Amino acid sequence: MKKLDRNQIAARVARDIPQGAYVNLGIGLPTLVANHVPEGREIILHSENGVLGIGPRPAPGEEDEDLINAGKEPVTLLPGGSYFHHADSFGMIRGGHIDFCVLGAFQVSAAGDLANWHTGEPDAIPAVGGAMDLAVGAKKVLVMMEHVTKSGDRKIVERCSYPLTGVACVNRIYTDLAVIDVRPDGLHVVEMVDGLSFEELQRLTGAPLKLGTAAAKAA
Amino acid sequence: MIDKILATPEAALADIHDGATIMIGGFGNAGMPVQLIDTLIGQGARQLTIVNNNAGNGDTGLAALIKARRVKKMICSFPRQADSWHFDGQYRAGEIELELVPQGTLAERIRAAGAGIGAFYTPTAYGTRLAEGKETRRIGGRDYVLEYPIHADYALVKADRADRWGNLAYRKTARNFGPIMASAARCTVVQVREIVELGALDPESIVTPGIFVQRVVRVPASASLGKAA
Repeated sequence: MKKLDRNQIAARVARDIPQGAYVNLGIGLPTLVANHVPEGREIILHSENGVLGIGPRPAPGEEDEDLINAGKEPVTLLPGGSYFHHADSFGMIRGGHIDFCVLGAFQVSAAGDLANWHTGEPDAIPAVGGAMDLAVGAKKVLVMMEHVTKSGDRKIVERCSYPLTGVACVNRIYTDLAVIDVRPDGLHVVEMVDGLSFEELQRLTGAPLKLGTAAAKAA
Repeated sequence: MIDKILATPEAALADIHDGATIMIGGFGNAGMPVQLIDTLIGQGARQLTIVNNNAGNGDTGLAALIKARRVKKMICSFPRQADSWHFDGQYRAGEIELELVPQGTLAERIRAAGAGIGAFYTPTAYGTRLAEGKETRRIGGRDYVLEYPIHADYALVKADRADRWGNLAYRKTARNFGPIMASAARCTVVQVREIVELGALDPESIVTPGIFVQRVVRVPASASLGKAA
């Protein structure tokens, strides 16, 4: 079985984002998606702190402390880009104007509940940022994560044990093993990596999976 | 003649009282009014409630105010960061209160205060721990949480340019919370890089009209630079 590495997962996510889409990439792993947008496809990246039309990282020495993304990393602005205040920025999110957001996750449930902001440990300092707004506001919520934790715990579960970010909000899950759609009747496997059996994928997943037609053909 | 420009940051912050609620602009260090915060530390007001997206980065700006133990309560969305050690230490020791608010709800609560809204329903956080104990309502088949505005005694904001009427233009993503915080506070104090003649700001590019601004102080660019985020 060939697991996807982080860049391969990012490239797989990028394939599904069409020309002209307005996209918000969460902090961390999801930011890799920007590096894999196919040549010639124009998408517009939004960041919560108040910018549309984010370009590549600036060259060393060209950073501007007034031009950053939600991860507080220096970015650039593409021609056509714009700045706006925080309430407008979240109006774009909550108001359903952002086509896709890509978020990391601790857990996703069979019903599409998302847990990605808090481990629930008593001494953890909670920090939520814009995750709850993105979870309810973006037209499509894509989750990008490892299929199981480093210690082997399943992250796709019947019910989330960690505190929720949003209820029934995830549309599609991309992992190092599979692409899985969250639909009203449950989790549908869209794709699996080469050499992985449906039975093995099910064993690594904490909620029942259905094998979609395309994935069944490929298997 | 209307003139909102004060000679020094000390004069602009002299009347801040113990227990005040203060909004501080900035997202991380972009747009953080570092000079005004340094002045506030020297001014000495205590038991402050601070509204900001974060809870300080590194040792400067808001982090320095927390380090000086002037903050009783933080209202913010993202306190925990790799370099938020001053907040982290006081929070773990039970010495600082935290009201954690989703970022968009924080922005809208601030906007609502400035716009005279009594409360609003938002879908954000419905069904989560951050909505526990709050009124909810189903509207048009969707579930919402009732949220109230956040008013402040003072807002400390960083802008790029201002005129004597208090009209403001910002720079890039340093705008972030500036315009909405300026509208939500009884007294908004702004530090700017440059003060220009009345009429020199293009009316089409004034982002915060002077009606939302009470005091302006010029801080030379070199003095306003915080450590890079």
